[in-house]
Amino acid sequence: MRLARSMAVGWALHFKQESRNPFFLWIVICTPLIYATMAYFLFRGGTDGDKLVGAAVGTGMMGIWSLTTTAAAAALQWRRRSGILELLVAAPLPFWAILAPITIAISALGIYSLLASMLYTRLLYGVSLEIEDWLAFAVAVPVGILAIGLLGFMLGAAFVRFRAAWAVGNLFEFPVWTICGLLIPIAVLPAWVEPVAWVFAPTWGMNALRDAALGDGSPWDDIAMCAALSVVYGGLGVILLRVFLGSARRRGTLALS
Amino acid sequence: MTHRLRVFAIGGFLSYRALFGWLNPYLFVIILLVPSVTQIMFFAYLGRAAGVEDDSFYVVGNAVVAAAVPCLFGMADTITDERYTHTLSLLVVSPASRLALFLGRAAPVAANGAIVAAFAFVVGSLVLGVSVPFSALAPLALTILVTGFACTGLGIVNASLGLRWRESALLSNLILYFLLLAAGVNVPLDLLPGWLSTIAQGLPVTHGVEAARELVAGGTLTDVAPLLGAELLVGVAYAAVGLFLVRLFEVEARRGASLELA
Repeated sequence: MRLARSMAVGWALHFKQESRNPFFLWIVICTPLIYATMAYFLFRGGTDGDKLVGAAVGTGMMGIWSLTTTAAAAALQWRRRSGILELLVAAPLPFWAILAPITIAISALGIYSLLASMLYTRLLYGVSLEIEDWLAFAVAVPVGILAIGLLGFMLGAAFVRFRAAWAVGNLFEFPVWTICGLLIPIAVLPAWVEPVAWVFAPTWGMNALRDAALGDGSPWDDIAMCAALSVVYGGLGVILLRVFLGSARRRGTLALS
Repeated sequence: MTHRLRVFAIGGFLSYRALFGWLNPYLFVIILLVPSVTQIMFFAYLGRAAGVEDDSFYVVGNAVVAAAVPCLFGMADTITDERYTHTLSLLVVSPASRLALFLGRAAPVAANGAIVAAFAFVVGSLVLGVSVPFSALAPLALTILVTGFACTGLGIVNASLGLRWRESALLSNLILYFLLLAAGVNVPLDLLPGWLSTIAQGLPVTHGVEAARELVAGGTLTDVAPLLGAELLVGVAYAAVGLFLVRLFEVEARRGASLELA
């Protein structure tokens, strides 16, 4: 009970704190807007409303992913620089219960990304955003965000051990945008890409949101996959964190930046 | 004069090393080289999905704009990292020539941008099977160098704004995204609204990308000379404005005692 309360308070605190970070807000709001604009021009004004709705949701997911990869790493780097990382690790609460709320709060900022891209598409392109299945859409958003946040948590374990790991976030940005079908239809990509995309939560999150918005298929199996991946990412993250934290303690490198 | 040259050369070299956590090749690869190639792949597949232009268009465009990333972020970091390490005030009170100081920091950053662009060009072409005429290699190298210089000019403007505002990483992202959208890198200029393609003429990268595409299509150095001249002019203009702004914001920061707070 105490653990759950600490995690809930940690999540709320970090969500409020990171909501006031202009850099994070820029990434989360402007990334989808820029890419939605590019998609609009590339698809030559896009008279196909469904395609634009898909692009709005896809660019929203791109914003969530960008923020999770870059900001989760930056959040730890900032704690290391300001000298509180060691204090957090030494706290009586398990460190995973401190780190997971941070990464989930950061990916939860992605709600701004989705809202911004959908409003932008509605206001500038005049595409009416009629969601076919509101219930599924409302469930898919938090479940997708949780899955991406926990993927960020898993990556965050490496950020604790390797001082340069913050830069690894850059590596994953474009590949995940490409292979998860956020803006590019998977049919255009080589066949071997599809199974690789299955291990990334944004693939299922995007499928769920697209199906719920356009009514192309049932979104519930995709939502279930997001939930299952959340459990896997969470479990792996806890194990990796234990390994990397032990290594950082032995080497005395936790505070080195 | 010797003193200025020392500030230019040694100061620039040390500042460049600091950009990568004191010369960590691993960081250079994961921050600059790999993303430049993954960006090409993303836009090439997006272009295929949209049915706009061929792979060559996206390889050339994104390889050339890859020069902008180290130039924009690198130049901004030369200011913000000084602030983080509390050495910005010491730098500002030093009697060193600002021109030598900033040009010294800009030179390795421009070379770095050109190297990253060349790497992205080679790997992107190999992966996507884009063929480049042998005769175009030397003019392409020159084009990349000129574009790297122009981007560094914009990078100096960006760095100067870092003296005034704390969120220089935000500015760097804003500028980079604008280049991706408006400089003809991924969206052909004739698909953009007229006012946006007019603005693009004053941006670094626009003319460099156009020249590189012409060279890959079989053009000669003479054909693209006017474009390279325009790119060079744009770079000189941004560098001049940037150095002026450095001086202006430095004086303003001294007056307001806001250097460490900005």
